[in-house]
Amino acid sequence: MNNRLLNWFKFASPQSFYPLAGKMLPWFALLTVAFGLPALWLGFFVAPTDAVQGEGYRIIFIHVAASWMSMFIYCIMAFWAAVGIVYNTRLSGMMTAALAPTGALFAFLSLWTGALWGKPMWGTWWVWDARLTSELILFFLYLGYIALTSALDDPRRADRAGGLLALVGVVNVPIIYFSVKWWNTLHQGASVSLTKSPTMAHTMLWGMLLMALCCWMYTIAVALYRVRAIILERERHTTWVSELPEVKA
Amino acid sequence: MNWNSPSEFFAMGGYALYVWGSFGVTVACLIGEVLLIRKRRHDILTSLRRELAADRAADKATHSMEHQ
Repeated sequence: MNNRLLNWFKFASPQSFYPLAGKMLPWFALLTVAFGLPALWLGFFVAPTDAVQGEGYRIIFIHVAASWMSMFIYCIMAFWAAVGIVYNTRLSGMMTAALAPTGALFAFLSLWTGALWGKPMWGTWWVWDARLTSELILFFLYLGYIALTSALDDPRRADRAGGLLALVGVVNVPIIYFSVKWWNTLHQGASVSLTKSPTMAHTMLWGMLLMALCCWMYTIAVALYRVRAIILERERHTTWVSELPEVKA
Repeated sequence: MNWNSPSEFFAMGGYALYVWGSFGVTVACLIGEVLLIRKRRHDILTSLRRELAADRAADKATHSMEHQ
């Protein structure tokens, strides 16, 4: 086994990941602010007023970032679930559990800001359109994961059952993403695509991208913060936890 | 610059309810999440410290009994 592989497995143990997460946490918190402030400044003070939607379109800066995050986080959860099922590592289940509440939060915010945007622009808070419905299903998948894992007393069994749910539910993510293409929806098509040049002012695009980066950094920081609490809860009867300076103090 | 006065900024061209409703709830949710995790960490640390103190007290008790 070469060195690189050894290092990788070293951090797969909760005992060595706990201090590493603690070291990374302040940096990601700092990056959240470092991306968030310029994103808000661009979104509110630099990006011009929209010709059709007036100032109401400014919801886009939070709506798009929240929707992207709700889908990304689910994919990362499915990734950790797959790692957990294949390698049977304890940390992967803790990572999946640490991400789920943040994913649920972003899915909720995507629906909430979407409703507040839909009301003035479409004249309705909600329609049973393919994009909106599939995002609602994503929200329920997050809640289902949380409910299922908290209903099982044995954390290892909870990880396995939740991991299976996360893996099966991941088929919903491409459905959300392509829903505006596959079905004739009220929701507009993608504003940003990898294959075409964006159909909006550059300042708007930069505001959106910076806000998305801010949400990424926030997610990483919060997931590290939560996984540290989960590690303490699950490893509470181990010697290394009782020897931690924050426990001894 | 898009705004001539603070009141114009807060009015958001008539979309104040929708724009501030979106950003306000988002900020409240993110702060709330961080506070909840802080409480979760605080709770587990308190319980771990109590357990450790109880263990130490038990050790002391058995120790003094051995000396008698």
